[in-house]
Amino acid sequence: MMYLDNSATTKPFPEVLQSFIKVATDYFGNPSSLHGLGMQAERLLTQAREQMARLLEVKPSEVIFTSGGTEGNNLAIKGVAWQHQQRGRHIITTAIEHPSVIEACKQLEQFGFQVTYVPVDERGIVSVAHIEQALRDDTILVSVMHVNNEVGSIQPIEQIGAMLKKYPKVLFHVDGVQGAAKLPLHLKRANVDLYTMSAHKFHGLKGAGVLYVREGVRLSPLLSGGAQEMQLRSGTENVAAIVAMAKALRLSIEKYRESYARLEEIKRAIIGRLQTIEGISVHTPLEQSAPHIIHFSLEGIKSETFVHELEKQHMYVSTTSACSSRKKAPSKTLLAMGIEKTRAERSIRISLSYEQQIEHVPIIVEAIEQAYERLKIVARGTK
Amino acid sequence: MERTYLDHAATSPVHPQVVEAMIPYMTTYFGNPSSIHSFGRESRRALDEARETIAKTVGAKANEIIFTSGGTEADNLAIIGVAMANREKGRHIITTSVEHHAVLNTCKYLQKQGFDVTYLPVDEHGMISVEQVKSALRDDTIIVSIMFGNNETGVLQPIHDIGQLLRDHDAYFHTDAVQAYGLVPIDVHELGIDLLSVSSHKVNGPKGVGFLYVREGVRLMPHIYGGEQERKRRAGTENVPGIVGFQKAAELAQQTMSEKRALYEQFQHIMLTTFEREGIDYAVNGHETNRLPHVLNVAFFGTNVEALLVNLDLAGIAASSGSACTAGSIDPSHVLVAMYGNDSERIRSSVRFSFGYGNTLEQIERAAYDIAKIVKRLTKA
Repeated sequence: MMYLDNSATTKPFPEVLQSFIKVATDYFGNPSSLHGLGMQAERLLTQAREQMARLLEVKPSEVIFTSGGTEGNNLAIKGVAWQHQQRGRHIITTAIEHPSVIEACKQLEQFGFQVTYVPVDERGIVSVAHIEQALRDDTILVSVMHVNNEVGSIQPIEQIGAMLKKYPKVLFHVDGVQGAAKLPLHLKRANVDLYTMSAHKFHGLKGAGVLYVREGVRLSPLLSGGAQEMQLRSGTENVAAIVAMAKALRLSIEKYRESYARLEEIKRAIIGRLQTIEGISVHTPLEQSAPHIIHFSLEGIKSETFVHELEKQHMYVSTTSACSSRKKAPSKTLLAMGIEKTRAERSIRISLSYEQQIEHVPIIVEAIEQAYERLKIVARGTK
Repeated sequence: MERTYLDHAATSPVHPQVVEAMIPYMTTYFGNPSSIHSFGRESRRALDEARETIAKTVGAKANEIIFTSGGTEADNLAIIGVAMANREKGRHIITTSVEHHAVLNTCKYLQKQGFDVTYLPVDEHGMISVEQVKSALRDDTIIVSIMFGNNETGVLQPIHDIGQLLRDHDAYFHTDAVQAYGLVPIDVHELGIDLLSVSSHKVNGPKGVGFLYVREGVRLMPHIYGGEQERKRRAGTENVPGIVGFQKAAELAQQTMSEKRALYEQFQHIMLTTFEREGIDYAVNGHETNRLPHVLNVAFFGTNVEALLVNLDLAGIAASSGSACTAGSIDPSHVLVAMYGNDSERIRSSVRFSFGYGNTLEQIERAAYDIAKIVKRLTKA
């Protein structure tokens, strides 16, 4: 069995699971309670926050726990928009963001905000100059993803951050869901104000995430209530999943650091071999892309058919992002890269984990090749 | 020293069967329910099943259940969601002064957005009346949000009668049933409820999960946008293990409801007769009988709540001064203030005991005796 859909969700580390079970069972108190059990839970929460802060090289008070990446992105974008609407109502993002960014922006458009969706080049990368050109006097926020979830292209976050230093009133949000723990990014040096992370993308559990909120950045909360999380996110903290997430982040950073070069090599080898197969086009750029995502398309074969064919060989890949795959719509990222619709409807994403070894390359490529051959024969037969 | 946890209304221990049910969904079936391969399909199947089971516990249909990250999100989604989707129809909201902060602060937020909110006062029993709701109703009222059972006193509101009243009005009826769920049989149709919030960790499920029941046809603006999960009403990868755990907790809660009710009523009786026998000066806060069985809020006259809680904690008894959710603060309870006024001694000397899974008769007997002893010691000086 080979699970190659790690951008959709990852398998939790066994240690993460142990932490979760231990905390959920033995330290089940509400961190807001003043008795012993509550204080124990609060201590665990504080430790998790400090640990995450250390790993991200930020302050503990800048770590806001959320229910996941989608909430994090919604809180960042709408939180800035509602808080700073007096100063301006213009937002800049890119054409290839995750739906949780795009749809949050679309909601704001309904309320009179204006959003510029900056296009990307054929590699799926936005240019710093295009972002700068889109800036207006009333721009309050720039939101750019770290790593594209469909093709793996890395966006020039450091450069955009540096450019935005000239515009101190414009806040900079980065959707880090696919980049966190996998790619080095120094949030402070990159001048990032808000950074979204999701635990289940780095071998933590579903239902937990983090929004980094730089000290001094003011947000309007999404959820009102008991004023937990520095008053930015009400609701009883999901202590067990948060403790498990801190552990997952530490382990992930370690494991991806030591496997980065290997995954990069695997990616390049797979891309190199796929490019030699007739009918296959690779859409992931060789340079400036994350080491764990490979996106390609197959001429003449619908992606869903191909996913199921590969599944017969116990190899699990995906069509586009999991969030959109049930819609059966072509990948928005590919369309933005200028790839034609029929091609975009035939695209497949492989997403690796630290577990992949260089020996897996021929297994993966041959499985793809054989599945493609079989389907081509079937397709020819029905014509 | 054996510890006795009497703060189940703040949060409750996860039932061992719940943890057990969750584990396979963190090890073997960890797929994203939106994925089309078998990992995804397995997760999707578990999600669909959980939705069916949980819908049945309140007499709803599966497509009327929206899974959320908890009670607070469910309350926010219900009230802001209805208010924003129906703001052309009207901008008036009715609630009570004793709601949980997730409701109260959401209403305050909406006031800043130009909505008009009526906070109904309660009587000294902690109750509102249908007549109050009736006279507060206006043509532009779009939502009435009244909690099922109070989290601090356990006092039940006349949900059925309010539901009846609102059948003849366009306003939607939301109830925060976070404390009542699992201890009171709830049928949303019988009660005329349009939206109902529930939290998993109050019924021995995991934290980080809850649901909002939304009657089919209710106009609701989503709160969290993104993927098309939860029928486009709540984006975000579903917390499958959490939801599966919640399903198990909900099943257990339904199966044991009547025995729990009987047991907790017995607990209350033991506590009160012990206080009586020991001759301490106390009074129960809230209506004498119209209460949830697991919450007992008691004023111990002549004590100070902070000193009392510290001493109880030292004796191994975990209780609270009211809602845990005011993030560690020990401000006077807004619920008790609403019932007795700012000057009442009760607001500085009241403790909430709440019962739940794991509590035994022996524990309660001993705790009641220890509480009386501590109260006596504190009032002697």
